[in-house]
Amino acid sequence: MKIRIRILSVLAPLIALFTAVLICSAILNFIDRDPVETFRSMFEYGTSGKSIVSIINRSVPLYISAVAVAVGFKMGLFNIGVEGQYLLGALLAAAFGSYFALPPAIHILFILFVASLSSGLWAGIAGYLKVKKGIHEVISTIMLNYIGTGIIAYLLAQVFFEKDENDSLKVPQTNYLPESGQIPPLNNLLGIEDLPNLHGFLIGAIFIGIFYYWLIWKTSLGYDLRATGSNPIAAKFSGADPAKMVILAMLISGAIAGMVGMSGLTGYYHRYTIDFTSGLGFVGIGVALLGRNHPIGMALGAILISFLERSSQILDLKDVPKEIERIMQGIIILFVVIGYEIVRRYVLTSQIKEASKEVLNE
Amino acid sequence: MNKLFSFIKKRYLIIVPILLLIFVAQIERYSELTSSGTFGAALRLSIPICLAGVGAIYSERCGIVNIGLEGMMVIGTWFGAWAGWFYGPWYGVLAGLLGGALFGLIHAVGTITFQVDHIVSGVAINILAAGVARFLSVVAYADVPAGGATQSPRVDERIEKISIPYLSGGKINESDTADVFGSLEALDLFLISDLFGLLGGLTRNISYFSILAVLLVPVSVWILWSTSFGLQLRSVGEYPVGSESVGVNVYLMKYIGVTISGAFAGLAGAYLVIESAGIYREGQTGGRGFIGLAAMIFGNWKPLGTFLGSSLFGYADSLQLRSEESVHGLLIIIVCVLFIVGIRSFIKKNLRTAIVSFIFSGLFLFWFLNSSTIPNEFVFFTPHITTLIVLSFASQRLRMPKFIGKAYKKGELN
Repeated sequence: MKIRIRILSVLAPLIALFTAVLICSAILNFIDRDPVETFRSMFEYGTSGKSIVSIINRSVPLYISAVAVAVGFKMGLFNIGVEGQYLLGALLAAAFGSYFALPPAIHILFILFVASLSSGLWAGIAGYLKVKKGIHEVISTIMLNYIGTGIIAYLLAQVFFEKDENDSLKVPQTNYLPESGQIPPLNNLLGIEDLPNLHGFLIGAIFIGIFYYWLIWKTSLGYDLRATGSNPIAAKFSGADPAKMVILAMLISGAIAGMVGMSGLTGYYHRYTIDFTSGLGFVGIGVALLGRNHPIGMALGAILISFLERSSQILDLKDVPKEIERIMQGIIILFVVIGYEIVRRYVLTSQIKEASKEVLNE
Repeated sequence: MNKLFSFIKKRYLIIVPILLLIFVAQIERYSELTSSGTFGAALRLSIPICLAGVGAIYSERCGIVNIGLEGMMVIGTWFGAWAGWFYGPWYGVLAGLLGGALFGLIHAVGTITFQVDHIVSGVAINILAAGVARFLSVVAYADVPAGGATQSPRVDERIEKISIPYLSGGKINESDTADVFGSLEALDLFLISDLFGLLGGLTRNISYFSILAVLLVPVSVWILWSTSFGLQLRSVGEYPVGSESVGVNVYLMKYIGVTISGAFAGLAGAYLVIESAGIYREGQTGGRGFIGLAAMIFGNWKPLGTFLGSSLFGYADSLQLRSEESVHGLLIIIVCVLFIVGIRSFIKKNLRTAIVSFIFSGLFLFWFLNSSTIPNEFVFFTPHITTLIVLSFASQRLRMPKFIGKAYKKGELN
């Protein structure tokens, strides 16, 4: 029985992927492009060495973003605000991190701490509003995204940006992090040559994945979170204070969201500019749905989405609109959600059947 | 007189800010706060929010949460712009409506037939809609000089506008008439000019599309509360098992509700393109679908309340667009409201709230006195922060449909 459930859960995303390929083929056919050729060149380009490094680099923040969302999902909270949370955290971390130099490891920890703390508190506002004011977290986190965007723009342009008389054309940006605040790439460590840099924060992502697993499945807090998610009333009677749970879950989710921007900040940009990678929070929701909040499932989901994003870059050269990938993403996520629900229903009914059979046999 | 007094006492949180607003608007540099131009813009800006909010009512009243509203609105903007540019503005309106309805239908299939969690399905719809809009732009505007991956060419033709004759200077048989509201607003009298600023803004240069959109509010009240279809639709969101038992087709009702909701959102998108911007731009909806949802919550799941809520957000939006200077005047209103809340909590012996209110009131006063404008970046999120503030006052007294957000399966006990 258990194995069958496992197989079905893996089958659902595969069927979703297959359906997405089918629908996109039909669309490509409709606009007079060759689908087979398109997918073949995508696969070929996406599996080249350079692409693989780039896919892993892109997966790291996506994965962390998905984990942040999943912490909320596990207790039935929808943190749609990861986007604003991680950008705010990244900005503050970049600003405070660039003020002084510390010993290398401590400096990096300090930057990560600032990011988590600020993102966590920002997410905590939504938790507070839900508990004290009864505002649904979907509405409040979305509004906080817009408010956060405004605050970030203000802080960046008016507070952290030192205007230079000679260089007045420069776009707003923070100062560079000193060397002690930068995470070196893993290439030397792993002996990878002739390839682009593999960002060092990959290790951070793995650590966050393990932390997530430990927190949700191995601690009593995690148990309370899951219990509140699946049956709030029962959880309340077992002693989990729902109000406290909501605020805690939002704080933790936000603190993890703070890590989303860290691979870019410490490994690549080394400062915050208006070009800082955005949009990771929204894609992360999709990844969490794809991976069904499972630490390994989400990693696979992040890699799949990054693969699609990267491999579609080749399509410009093939005169195929690369935006077909955006539709694919959407269809995969929509169908995977439906697929999981069908599996869940199926498992539930077959469990009921099996149980009633056993009862009848006795 | 007693009645009036108790009315004021009950509604003081609405009345006091309005009075303050009028007082502050007497100051020359904040006069835009109650000008007819601001109110006209507020109406135009609140209509898409209101359409989305009323659409949300159809879906939520039958028990389906519709976070996908934003995505359906995006589809509405895209199809509105495309058909508007290709065939003409009214075709754009129709295309936006149909596009939104199509995505509403997808949401219905997900949530009703497959019983996916409503918010999860809505999020997926939003992701899909953004992708579809981007892809369609690339395909449709590949060879169009003014269009591109993120924007459409301009919709040249506009929907005709009218002003009401005699009251706000409309034309009869091609000849001008008096503009009574306009001349009364120009008198510069306390209260009178503010009131006629409002009336003038609501009756001058209004397009047929706006009139149609506003009419949809009373029409929705009638459909939902005075027809048997409306009763069935609402009953499905309250107690589906009961509805089923008296012969209501629960699934069908839910399908209809969600599809109508998508159509409204699509219409809202088309309005943004055809009336406001004249062009489709990626990210143009700017969360208005979600604000519409907030307006609906503020309106207690009723069309008239939703209209009120969306006009509040539209007003905040119009200040943001029209006059950054006057937004500064709002600060003093916040100071006063917080001060009143503080006094009230003090009288009720709620010391902690009182102290917090006084402190914030003081901070805002400090800010008001030490600045002459609010930074641009803050002005941009006026509607969004208004949403949060308004909801934090309103949320506790509301009643949502009882069976909202749950999956209904025929034959299962719920």
